[in-house]
Amino acid sequence: MTGAVIVTGKSAGVADDSSFDFTTNVGSLELNTPILTASGCAAAGRELDNYFDITAIGGIVTKSIMLAPRSGRATPRMAETPSGMLNSIGLQGPGVESFIENDLAWLQQRGARTIVSIAGGSADEFGKVAAKLRVAGGFDAIEVNISCPNVEDRGQVFACNAEAAAQVIQTVRRNSDNRIPIFAKLSPDVTDIVEIAASVAQAGANGVSVINTLLGMVIDTNSMRPALAGVTGGLSGPAIRPVAVRCIWQIRSALPDLPIIGMGGVRSGHDALEMVLAGANAVSVGTSIFNDPSAPMRIQNELEQELRSRGFSKFSQAVSYAHRDVDHTFQIAASTDVANHADEDWDFISE
Amino acid sequence: MAPMNSGAIQVKGEVLDVQRAGKYFVMSVTAPGLAELTQPGQFVTVSMGGEESSMILRRSFAIQRVQSRGMYGGTLEFVVSPVGKGTHWLTKLRRHDPLDLVGPLGKPFSLPTKAVSCVLVGGGYGSAPLIMLAESLRDRGCRVDTIIGASTEMKLYGELELKRVSTSLTLTTEDGTAGIQGRTTDALVTILDSAQVDVVYACGPMPMLASVAEESTARKVFSQCSVEESMACGIGVCMTCVLPVIGDDGVTRMLRSCVDGPVFRGDRVRWSDVGTIPDGALGKEVARS
Ligand SMILES: Cc1cc2nc3c(=O)[nH]c(=O)nc-3n(C[C@H](O)[C@H](O)[C@H](O)COP(=O)(O)OP(=O)(O)OC[C@H]3O[C@@H](n4cnc5c(N)ncnc54)[C@H](O)[C@@H]3O)c2cc1C
Ligand SMILES: Cc1cc2nc3c(=O)[nH]c(=O)nc-3n(C[C@H](O)[C@H](O)[C@H](O)COP(=O)(O)O)c2cc1C
Ligand code: FES
Repeated sequence: MTGAVIVTGKSAGVADDSSFDFTTNVGSLELNTPILTASGCAAAGRELDNYFDITAIGGIVTKSIMLAPRSGRATPRMAETPSGMLNSIGLQGPGVESFIENDLAWLQQRGARTIVSIAGGSADEFGKVAAKLRVAGGFDAIEVNISCPNVEDRGQVFACNAEAAAQVIQTVRRNSDNRIPIFAKLSPDVTDIVEIAASVAQAGANGVSVINTLLGMVIDTNSMRPALAGVTGGLSGPAIRPVAVRCIWQIRSALPDLPIIGMGGVRSGHDALEMVLAGANAVSVGTSIFNDPSAPMRIQNELEQELRSRGFSKFSQAVSYAHRDVDHTFQIAASTDVANHADEDWDFISE
Repeated sequence: MAPMNSGAIQVKGEVLDVQRAGKYFVMSVTAPGLAELTQPGQFVTVSMGGEESSMILRRSFAIQRVQSRGMYGGTLEFVVSPVGKGTHWLTKLRRHDPLDLVGPLGKPFSLPTKAVSCVLVGGGYGSAPLIMLAESLRDRGCRVDTIIGASTEMKLYGELELKRVSTSLTLTTEDGTAGIQGRTTDALVTILDSAQVDVVYACGPMPMLASVAEESTARKVFSQCSVEESMACGIGVCMTCVLPVIGDDGVTRMLRSCVDGPVFRGDRVRWSDVGTIPDGALGKEVARS
């Protein structure tokens, strides 16, 4: 966690030409800026390149790819909800070989920083996808989408079970180049997200991506049936942002050094700042792209302004800044990280 | 592969006019730069309810007409049928209200290279994009017989404009309040069986498109249908808008109607399987025993 920085009282929105260091280290993954696209909301970057320069953001996180081509679920696959949406795409995709040949090759030629998201129905499938990617090369990190049902365990979602999650991460680690950082993408639909984060970190994940969608459901009151063909779907968008901020906060509190890619409903630079202050080392933009195809670029510019207007000269100074006066011993009994809480905080007493 | 939607842009437009037309509203908006890029059959997406809106998804509308010159530096028109929150919000906008537009999106209708005989079929507001199409076809010297239909007269759209640009115009309503009582496809079958037709173009509800495709294909007539699938992004990144389409290689794939469509060959869409992942579709999971 960062120690306190001196925050000057500059007013918001003041144009500032002084240099600003936007780079971020998400573990060993160095990015020019902390803004990424969220998996499944940017395909493999090609379509978005039409609306902004995809090489000018931190990087592209590609749609989760599986071993074989996959047709996904029946339609309707989405339903709009207040400040959000449900989706039940079912991981439609071309399979890892076609992905490497077409999408990854294009991203590499385009010069975009690339985090490849992978998925599987078994730990073994995850391992096979990782092994194919290792042979191909040409990407910067792997995000492991463990919010998939485990076909070998009655469809239990890997991300909801610390052991199953760890097993997937171990398998991916074993099948990947050591220099390639691995991020485990966590589901918020668990009793204790910190337990899962600690378990995947122990298993070899270099960081975590939080959060995936929350399981939700909508009933169409005209047909009086579930609105989605898949019945339930993943809730995303601004509606879930407070859940995401809470998850990032809890993981950061318990695991002060674990790299975190934050996401969930980020729509503006202000929203991204909130995640950074809670502990995110980078921020992914998902559903907001559907609202505004140039959202990642816009949010990146807005975040820089938000940080400058608060007197930060480096992005890294803002990471976890909201934790500066908090004594986490009260929040998470297991945490031993108390080094950074402020020594005295008497401002509730006026003398 | 070429970048998809490589012509699409995102622009801030402004409402010029909102005109009632039966059950529909015609929106004229400024859209600098968009008009020059638009081809018949493409659509725009519009963001809803302003910057802090709780409606986070854009709505799609077929482009009815564009004008690249004039005092507004490019305008376009689309037709809105008010059915839900977003479309009601749109129709309440007034002159000078701002709008965020992305377009032109999707694959346009393919135009013939020769002066052939075409039939255009529009159901409800589906006749809106046929206006631009009919103009382009007439410019190529094509014969254009147009059929528009709806359940009732108030839901017919584009009669005056289409009459002007078509060789002939047939109206149908299911309740007989205007034109011939019946469906557009009844009128289509009459034309297909009595005259030489080379291409059928259609836009409207899915069941109409399915029977347009079926009747045309049965008579070995080439058809192009513009579909309407629920879309979250409209730009090809989310995979919500898919339907089963047979490729040149005979393989069925779940294609995105926003970038691979909305215009598809009628004989290639598996109409009766729309909404499902049919057996044999590429990547369909085989049920485990
Ligand atoms: C390519 C294309 C062209 C279209 N052209 C026109 C047009 O020219 N004129 C016109 O009036 N309408 C058109 N539509 C349909 C129009 O987009 C929907 O009626 C509109 O999105 C409904 O929004 P709402 O908020 O009023 O309804 P709600 O029911 O509140 O919408 C909820 C969600 O469902 C989606 N949705 C609901 N109905 C439809 C539908 N029929 N098609 C796609 N998405 C839907 C909405 O986009 C929204 O995300 C077109 C749709 C597509 C895909
Ligand atoms: C249509 C859609 C598809 C998604 N597909 C994936 C996916 O393939 N893999 C994955 O890890 N997350 C996927 N997600 C989850 C997002 O990456 C993200 O974690 C979540 O939507 C929260 O962020 P947001 O509110 O900014 O969208 C998908 C989300 C949406 C809306
Ligand atoms: S609507 Fe998103 S891919 Fe078509």
